[in-house]
Amino acid sequence: MVDLGQALIVMPAYNEEVAVGDVVREVLRKLPGVSVLVVNDGSRDATAAVARRAGARVLDLPFNLGVGGAMRAGFKYARAEGFSYVVQVDSDGQHDPDGVPAVLSALEDHDVSIGARFAGQGEYEARGPRRWAMVVLATVVGRIARTRLTDTTSGFRGAGPRAIAIFADHYPAEYLGDTVESLVLAARAGCRITQVPVAMRPRAGGTPSHAPVKAAVYLGRACLALVIALWRPPLVLRTEEQVPA
Amino acid sequence: MSVTSYVFGIVSAGLVLAIVADLLRRRRVRERHALWWLVAGVLALLVAVFPGVLQAVADLVGIDVPTNLTFFVSIAVLFLVSVQHSAELTVLEDKTRTLAEHSALQDERIERLEQVAGSAGRARRDGAP
Repeated sequence: MVDLGQALIVMPAYNEEVAVGDVVREVLRKLPGVSVLVVNDGSRDATAAVARRAGARVLDLPFNLGVGGAMRAGFKYARAEGFSYVVQVDSDGQHDPDGVPAVLSALEDHDVSIGARFAGQGEYEARGPRRWAMVVLATVVGRIARTRLTDTTSGFRGAGPRAIAIFADHYPAEYLGDTVESLVLAARAGCRITQVPVAMRPRAGGTPSHAPVKAAVYLGRACLALVIALWRPPLVLRTEEQVPA
Repeated sequence: MSVTSYVFGIVSAGLVLAIVADLLRRRRVRERHALWWLVAGVLALLVAVFPGVLQAVADLVGIDVPTNLTFFVSIAVLFLVSVQHSAELTVLEDKTRTLAEHSALQDERIERLEQVAGSAGRARRDGAP
């Protein structure tokens, strides 16, 4: 089991004052010894103050950078503070902290582990074109990563030392880049990727849209992100960045 | 071509050059950004003063209506400039993003240092008899 003191839970948060306090408290209670970093992504509400009161460290971004930008800041923080493992958890309570140990233990022999929603646990479901989009993405990215993946757009994921070294400087900030492109980037840099089944809870607020037009736009943008990610020159993982086992 | 339109062409091209030169002089535009506009202005002035050049070049590349060559070159210049701007915008956005990250990281660090310094200060005050 990975030492929880070496792990940093990063939660990108944008206007999440309602949910973030409970999520932080739940994580700290269920995972004793872990550090929680809430990256306040330019929220206009009391997200930062609520998170601080709940016992999290807070990175206060001066304006909204999007999930990818917030995560890159989180990875930079992890690198600066010497954390070996980063687990991204949503601040809206959608990700069950009970899944964190599974994600972390997968990092013992992998660089990136994805908490996958369709891998058997929980009742997360997506239907229609959005589902197809996810299947296509998972298949293609899985090929690139040479492993079987079923859910590449999950925001519940962990990164080990080698992945942190890459992500701190190169985590993609574009829409969908934070999920799909980051995996392609890591895989092409030689990171080992795996997935573990996790349960999802219904979102605390807001409902994901299943409108066909939106799904089509989503698929289009996802494919574009994928093509661009593959087109870019691959990053080279320098050997001195590898942490001795 | 009437005298009026001849003069109009020269004055327009001259105005473009004057504006760009003035912006350059007052450091409102950097050379690398002004370059394309200067090229466009000089070409426009050349063609305005010697319309025969346009005719000759159009004949050379096989364009029947010389005005079309003007349009083509104008659009090409505008296109290149906006592509350059898109590229520079991306670079700038990335720099801003990095600065934002650094500023947030520094804020957090200062806050922690202040807490340590503050509690140390308090401890010293409390501990002193």
